[in-house]
This record gives sequence, C-alpha cells and structure tokens, in this order.
Amino acid sequence: MIRIAQLSCGAEYSGIQRELERAAEIVGAKMISPEVSLEDVMEVEKRFGVSVPSGDLNLIMARATRLVQNPDLADAVFVATCFRCAEGAIIRGEVRRYIHEHSRLPVLSYSFTERTTAETLLTRMEALVTTARMRGLLARERQTGLTAGIDSGSTTTKAVIMRDNQIIGTGWVPTTEVIKSAEEAFQQALQESGVKREEIQGIGVTGYGRFLVGKHFDAKLIQEEITVNSKGAVFLANAQKGPATVIDIGGMDNKAISVQDGVPGSFTMGGICAGASGRFLELTARRLGVNITDLGKLALRGSYKSVPMNSYCIVFGTQSLVNSLSKGARPEDVAMAACHSVAEQVFEQQLQEVEVKQPVIMVGGTSLIEGLPRAMEDLLGIKVIVPNHAQYIGAVGAALLVSGMLEV
Amino acid sequence: MVKVIVYPPTSTILADLVDRMGHTPLVMANEIRKKIDTPSLESPPLNITPEDPKKGLKYAAVDVPSGVRGRMSLIGPMIDEAEAAIIVEDNNCLVGCTGCARTNELTRLLIKIKGIPFIELKYPRDDGEARRFVHEIRMFLEGLK
Repeated sequence: MIRIAQLSCGAEYSGIQRELERAAEIVGAKMISPEVSLEDVMEVEKRFGVSVPSGDLNLIMARATRLVQNPDLADAVFVATCFRCAEGAIIRGEVRRYIHEHSRLPVLSYSFTERTTAETLLTRMEALVTTARMRGLLARERQTGLTAGIDSGSTTTKAVIMRDNQIIGTGWVPTTEVIKSAEEAFQQALQESGVKREEIQGIGVTGYGRFLVGKHFDAKLIQEEITVNSKGAVFLANAQKGPATVIDIGGMDNKAISVQDGVPGSFTMGGICAGASGRFLELTARRLGVNITDLGKLALRGSYKSVPMNSYCIVFGTQSLVNSLSKGARPEDVAMAACHSVAEQVFEQQLQEVEVKQPVIMVGGTSLIEGLPRAMEDLLGIKVIVPNHAQYIGAVGAALLVSGMLEV
Repeated sequence: MVKVIVYPPTSTILADLVDRMGHTPLVMANEIRKKIDTPSLESPPLNITPEDPKKGLKYAAVDVPSGVRGRMSLIGPMIDEAEAAIIVEDNNCLVGCTGCARTNELTRLLIKIKGIPFIELKYPRDDGEARRFVHEIRMFLEGLK
C-alpha cells in the first residue's frame, strides 16, 4: 500500500476530505497525516523563515519538516490548500520546494474548491502513486524488443511502433470514437513500420481513453499521461539524466512536470480555464480561417503586443480575439497573441508550482505550433526544446515503458 | 441564562467556564458533534459536505476560500444565535485555533459588529494573569441576564 502524506489546510472544512481519500483508494494508496510534536509546530518560523497566523498552515510546515527528517513515513506527498487563499498559496509553494530540495519524495501540489471530486484528482494521484511505486521502471532509458504505444488523447489519438530504441512507425488521427480512433492510429503505425499486429510483444496505453483502449488491446501497461509523457519527453530530447522541465499543453488540459533522471519530482495539471489549452488555439485557427498546422507559422510573423487578449478564460479570450479582428488587427498578430495568451497562463499559473530547471522541453501536438514555444521562450527568457516526434510523446513513453515490463 | 459564543470557538476550557456559570456555550465542539451524530452523512472526519461551504455564502462571498466558507457554515449560525461573547486575543495553538486565520478575522468582526455585549481579553501568560483572566470572565458572565 502506497502511503501519501496529506499536508493540507481547509480540506476537511471544504467538504472534500472524503473525495481525497476516495481518489487515493482507487489508485491503491492511503492518505496519512505525519504526527508532529508541539515543538515542531513552534519551530517552523525558524526553519522556513515565514510567519503565518493560520494554525493549519503551521501544521503543514511542521509535517513537511518531519517528512524530511524521516522520509520513510510516506512514499509520496500531497500538498493542498484552498483555491483563492494567498497565504495558503505561499506556504504550499514553500513546502513543495522544501520537500523537493531535501528529499526524493514525489510531491503533488494542488489548490482545491468545494467542487473538487475524486475523479478530478484521479490522474494526479495515479501519477503520484506510479512515481512512488515504479521508480525502477521509470528509470528505464532504452526501449527494447518490438513494442507499441497508444496515446488516446481528448483531441487526437496517436500510436507508435518502436523496435530496439527506434521509432519505426507512427499513426495520428483525430479522436472520435475512442476505440475506433485507437484502432485507426494503430493500423497507420503498423502499416508504416511494416510490422504485423501479432508480432508486437507488448502494448502500452495512456491518455484520457486509456482504460477503454487498454482493455480493448489487452495492454500490458495502462498509465496516466504525467509519468508516461515525462519519460517520452526526456527520451526524445536526450535528457534522461539530470533535471528537466516538461511542458505539455494538451487539448483539454496542460501539465507542467519537474523531472529528475526521467522521474517526475513535482507536477501540476490543469489550469484556471481552457484558455490555456490546445482547444483555444484550435478555435483561433478556425476563426482566422487557417489550418491548425499553419497557425504557428502565421504567428511567427506577428507580434502579440498590439492585440490585448484575456488569457484566463476561453470565452473572454475569444471575445478579445473577435474584438481585435473587428478593429482591423492583422491575423498574424492575433495568431501570436493567442499563442502568447496560452503560454502566459501556463507560465503564471503552473510554472509557479514546479521547479523550472533547464532543459525546458515542450511536447504534445501544440508544441508544433511554432508560435507557442516561441511565446514560452519569451516569457521564460530561456531556450525551449521541441524534440522530433514531440506530438507522439505519450505513445513513445508508453512503448518505452512497456518494453521494461516484458522483462519482468 | 444567556447563549455565549466563545472565541476561539474551539476552546473547551472557556466553554466549561461558561457552562459552570449557568449559561449556554456556543462552541465548535457542539456543532461538530451534531454533524457526527447526524445519520446518513459520510464525509469523514468532520462530516462536512460539499453543500456546507455553500451555506457559508451567507457570511462570505464566493471568492473567499472554500475552507473559510465551510467553517463559517458552522460558526456563522453560532454567531447568529449568540447573545454575548468572550473574545480571547493572542491565544496560542494549545488553546485550539480554528486553523484558518481568515476565518478567525471574519468571526471576530461578525461578533463585534453584532451589537451584543462582549469581553475582550489577552491570553494569560503566567499564573497571576490567569487568575485575573478567570476573574474578569466570571464578572462578565455574572453580569449577563
């Protein structure tokens, strides 16, 4: 049983404690609260250099100290405070950083509302448990044998066939019916690689449709996208050793993951609004009358500075977009403003929650929209890597990881 | 007999003092007991449901953190009911705080603007102060009709 230390303020009074425990139970884990002494609580100011009046926040810091002193108390850490609490957000960030710097415990940082459900937390908890339970598998650096990976995403379904550490076939289709799309993508990949279905030694699946697709293909590995994409990203970017930061802006949500030696250390998933997602870029492309694959090139010719765009909400973002066009803004400026707006929300909301260490690797289909990595580079002030096959990152990670399971 | 809200509302020692003086203490322990004793609610450990923060909207707007509104769904009705109040400032965590400093600020404010008689004291730090502390609270409680 994986033990997840819960360091939280407000969860009980927000009515979501049961949801936290349910999410942990579904992924085979248990929430625990490390015991602390009164001295631990009284000394947090000395240790952290911060003084907060909230008792629960002091308790969070005391528990973090105890975990660092005795990391065997738990296998992973879940740090959570109420959404909209400034004091909570400051301490959440500090505690995450403290644990990250002083232990090898994986940390998930989250701000909740009273509407947080176990389902919302599931992928995050699953990633936390995988990181704790499968460190050995996640440390795998080479793909061996003949394996396939299928990434059933909310917008597109991707498949790859890999043989002896090489990608030999790829498939990419828009997601309609989950299983049908997975079959199509898989067939494309098989055809390109010239491999027969029965020759595949193992299939790994990830993405939103992973459970359904995994069952259909009798997959050996069914895994959430946070750990799988981290692995795929560092593999393709040739950054398997040392630190890395993976940014994956997906169709519905986005992930920012701090990786060390290919293993996620801390991560966040999802933003304030779909305004920071591939969906917004898709909508922008449609409104500008260009194909999504051409949006990036268009954006590179424009500047975001002349088009103000709301980056916190897809509805208001669209309103800004329509307003700008009606005032005669150039399509290339609007395209760049949309890319900048998406990058801005990820930068402001999510990159505050993880350790941004170089190299920064952008993955997923959106990373191919050239304006987006460019906007992220402007915001971070550092070079961003978009590896070859970045759009197949989940499928590559799944094919790589499942090859490790063949030897077990 | 008067209903007296105690701040911090988790203080069982002060609740006992109010009770001994013949008044009714309004404290969190009693409210939580009602939650735990209510059948069919299953949201451990406090049986706060996702509906409770919505009840807290009466006291704090939707942009206030859910943990504050969840607490106010229990503390708010106590303030509504209160006919007098004891407020202890500078208490340490041994007295039992309600966790969230923002809830504490709102609770103190609502008690003070309600227009009920209240006594405000500093948390005692030595034996002499503790004696004076209890004496002043006794005098206040005796004066309540």
